[in-house]
Amino acid sequence: MPKIIVDDVEVDVPAEYTLLQACEAAGAEIPRFCFHERLSIAGNCRMCLVELKGAPKPVASCAWGVKDCRPGPNGEPPTVYTKSASTKKAREGVMEFLLINHPLDCPICDQGGECDLQDQAMAYGVDNTRFHENKRAVEDKYIGPLVKTWMNRCIHCTRCVRFATEVAGVPDLGAIGRGEDMEITTYLEKAMGSELQSCVADLCPVGALTSKPYAYNARPWELTKTESVDVMDAVGSAIRVDTRGREVMRILPRVNEAINEEWITDKTRHVVDGLRRQRLDRPYVRGADGRLAPASWSEAFAAIAGAVKGKDASRIGAIAGDLAAVEDMWALQGLMRGLGSANVDCRQDGAALDPALGRATYLFNPTIQGIEEADAILIVGSNPRIEASLVNVRIRKRWRQGPVAIGLVGEAANLTYDHDYLGAGPETLQSLLDGSHSFAETLKAAKRPIVIVGQGALARADGAAMLSLAAKAADTFGAIAEGWNGFAVLHTAASRVGGLDIGFVPGEGGKTVAEMAAPGAMDVVWLLGADEIEIAPGAFVVYQGTHGDRGAHRADVILPGAAYTEKNGLYVNTEGRPQFGYRAAFPPGDAREDWAILRAVSDVLGARLPFDSLAQLRQALFSAHPHLAQDERITPADPAAIGALASRGGAVDKAPFASPITDFYLTNPIARASAIMAECSALAQGAKREAAE
Amino acid sequence: MLQDQDRIFTNLYGFHSPDLDAARKRGAWDETKFLVDQGRDWIIDEMKKSNLRGRGGAGFPTGLKWSFMPKQNDGRPHYLVVNADESEPGTCKDREIMRHDPHLLVEGCLLACVAMGAHAAYIYLRGEYVAERVALQRAIDEAYEAGLIGKDNVHGYPFDCYLAHGAGAYICGEETALLESLEGKKGMPRLKPPFPANMGLWGCPTTVNNVESIAVAGTILRRGGAWFAGLGRPNNHGTKLFCVSGHVNKPCNVEEEMGIPFRELIDKHCGGIRGGWDNLLAVIPGGSSVPMVPADQIADAPMDFDTLRGLGSGLGTAAVIVMDKSTDVIRAIARISYFYKHESCGQCTPCREGTGWMWRVVSRMAEGRAQKREIDMLLEVTKQVEGHTICALGDAAAWPIQGLIRHFRPEIEKRIDDYAANPHTDPVRVAAE
Repeated sequence: MPKIIVDDVEVDVPAEYTLLQACEAAGAEIPRFCFHERLSIAGNCRMCLVELKGAPKPVASCAWGVKDCRPGPNGEPPTVYTKSASTKKAREGVMEFLLINHPLDCPICDQGGECDLQDQAMAYGVDNTRFHENKRAVEDKYIGPLVKTWMNRCIHCTRCVRFATEVAGVPDLGAIGRGEDMEITTYLEKAMGSELQSCVADLCPVGALTSKPYAYNARPWELTKTESVDVMDAVGSAIRVDTRGREVMRILPRVNEAINEEWITDKTRHVVDGLRRQRLDRPYVRGADGRLAPASWSEAFAAIAGAVKGKDASRIGAIAGDLAAVEDMWALQGLMRGLGSANVDCRQDGAALDPALGRATYLFNPTIQGIEEADAILIVGSNPRIEASLVNVRIRKRWRQGPVAIGLVGEAANLTYDHDYLGAGPETLQSLLDGSHSFAETLKAAKRPIVIVGQGALARADGAAMLSLAAKAADTFGAIAEGWNGFAVLHTAASRVGGLDIGFVPGEGGKTVAEMAAPGAMDVVWLLGADEIEIAPGAFVVYQGTHGDRGAHRADVILPGAAYTEKNGLYVNTEGRPQFGYRAAFPPGDAREDWAILRAVSDVLGARLPFDSLAQLRQALFSAHPHLAQDERITPADPAAIGALASRGGAVDKAPFASPITDFYLTNPIARASAIMAECSALAQGAKREAAE
Repeated sequence: MLQDQDRIFTNLYGFHSPDLDAARKRGAWDETKFLVDQGRDWIIDEMKKSNLRGRGGAGFPTGLKWSFMPKQNDGRPHYLVVNADESEPGTCKDREIMRHDPHLLVEGCLLACVAMGAHAAYIYLRGEYVAERVALQRAIDEAYEAGLIGKDNVHGYPFDCYLAHGAGAYICGEETALLESLEGKKGMPRLKPPFPANMGLWGCPTTVNNVESIAVAGTILRRGGAWFAGLGRPNNHGTKLFCVSGHVNKPCNVEEEMGIPFRELIDKHCGGIRGGWDNLLAVIPGGSSVPMVPADQIADAPMDFDTLRGLGSGLGTAAVIVMDKSTDVIRAIARISYFYKHESCGQCTPCREGTGWMWRVVSRMAEGRAQKREIDMLLEVTKQVEGHTICALGDAAAWPIQGLIRHFRPEIEKRIDDYAANPHTDPVRVAAE
């Protein structure tokens, strides 16, 4: 490894390092605006200039490679000065230039307190100005409902443009004009068409792009930060929930290289207002007049006890929704077991996934990070861009790194990267398997192929056969090999893998979701935040959840629960990675944490659950399922199950696959309660209609 | 003074036809096959012997530049890109070549491509050069038709020549911005390294040369590097096109020997300074981007790279802008400053913010509406821009102002004093009036 001297410290660094990385390795701090680890190098802010011995001019350390440095005349290593007078002068000069046209309106700027320019001006700025001309004025742009612009503050680092083009894969943002008239905008000020667009507000080193819904709501130093995990999809992005008092003010991404890098979707970020609206803050019981009336907890419990009493256990069932934590499902499962019922199901959409087939048959086995190692990807019945945007980002990242064959079977969609559209339905998959499709050769030649199976292929009548067919495809194309498991089930619900892991599926003689929802099938159905199904009239429905959504409307008793920001909970993402979410705020009104509600009601129903605290619950849970205790670590599943699954076979239908998500912004009760998500949804649907015309 | 037989551009003024037959009579395409057959090493060697320094402004030895192209082909094609985006104010030499002697350029492209193992040349033409595009395209078509270039040509070296027309941005004359523009992107300079010789057009090894550097190659090779090196002064050899504009009696383009004294250049070819030599105030010797040189220093100076650099200026493109004593130098520089502010691409901070700042301050100074301490501040701002940018436009914007302050500081101070003494003076007239 080449040696380099940074401020008298000699370090060995890999040859591909840039000077900036080398300086950091040597412990020197380099200021920067345009440079970002995950974006291409622009080298335009000039803040990272350093003095390189022998170079006539200061060099931009972000763009200058260590291998571009020449050794000294006597073969001594290249020498960089990060604290020399000329470096300091260069940085001060650049800082002065950045500030001359910056409005310096920090007191009214939302970025205040977390602004790179503010911070670095403290270190490299001067306290007076020599610029006595008029400052540049730039009209603010409309770039969508999520990102507020204040273009006077823009320092033209182009991070946002690079993010949109490179990571999000939408060419929406760009710069028009030249010189000091350069302006960042979308084409004719149309809204950005990406489900990751708010990340530009994070990337913006100044207050030019800030969060529109959060505008003027809080200052960063007022907020309590809680690190947690997202439940809007099954990816399990790392988030930070910022609260002030009892209120969640905003959600920001956290870095998690294995999952979301440092991006989150707009839904994850801006669902915040949905946590305040339509909340169930007290129990309700449907009275004799057929209307829901507020009730006390004991009245609600009594109503449930009355409904359950004397009923045949086989006509009592429970369905877990998409946002439920593992603990809640565990408690509910325990309750149902106590009542003697085997009717539990966590597969609201009816996906044909079965833990009995082996854990490998329902996990995203290659892992999200593993996508970067794949050399061929077959997507079956999924639109990862809306079902798991960050998985899509990873696929796009892989695609940008070098040639990779990507095939799509299912609904045609703009996935933001080049792919071969192979066909719409199962027969395409069959033609791949019998080798009649030319893409089969590509897949066979691949060393590390991935077969991604979406819920669009599994949540249908022939789902079990489709799952088997997909497993066969994985098997045939060599996705199951030594050290590589390329069979990847892409989930859309945060609770799903956790539910499958603890076996929250019908037991011996138990009924599935569809059977439970059927008319006359059940006497009592317990919905744990399950809002995406319709229970036929007749059954007594207990809805335990957070929002006055579909499930609550159908309910006979409503038990107000805690949303994911209001409870400690365990979620297992589509890879099978258990992650703990933490309470950032308290549930509103009388609402309680769900496990506690279940524990309390179990007493009333005479099937007392054997725990009195979350710790005890977890202890029991972990002793039954030890892999769930492995925080953030994936316990690899035995790939042999996939081979067995492949041989099951079954008859498949000819119907084309359809993505289970028709509206990215409105997939769960929290999002449906959010006005911002509604606005985004209307915009997206409008854009879709426009495109169709 | 240059002898007629040593002139390379024998149809500079368009007295003769620019077409192929006429060009052949003037010597173009003569024995080109022989030169091609000598091979790339011989060509590079001759070019090095000729000591030709690049005619685009920086004066980098052309033969050396060609030799930077990878010798071993790694599978990527090599490209020659000819920079015909001649946009520097005052410069109009390439224009004449492309109008009247286009075949010298096309032939030069072929020879340069042989020297660097390239089989395609792209000529990137300035957006405003419409007549030149027509003339050059005609010459290229003629050469194709005559089998001089093309996939299967009489020289036995497959070679294609493409003409790309820019959209009139000064920055696209910067070599890497030119490559970006040629690739269909926004004309913004790239970060270097990697240099174009490694990663140029579409990521392939590329050499970017000025029109004049390429157009003289044919004649140099025909007459031998030693002939070219025999002209001019040490380290500044050969002939050069000078574009003399401004306050001379007969502004003109002329091919002269490098190192011709300024006085001789003006007296012989331009009919002297308007109002006589005593009326000379200052000269910008190399296009708007180099600092001006006051009359007493320039009058007898040889016009070459090294001498002018010694005078704190540069030969640049040899676009000599002569200013007599009727010139308001401060306003002249303010106008140049506006040009750079207008043409800054906006990519990197010092240039984007600095050019506007400098222009505003120097414009105020042109009126006198400034403080004397701002002169030093302005000088410091130019230093903050210079050398801190991605490309040389920042330097180009800074140098004219540095030249002004270096040589005409009393003039600025006087203007400020006059304004302070009578702030209600008549407004300064602007050009159109």
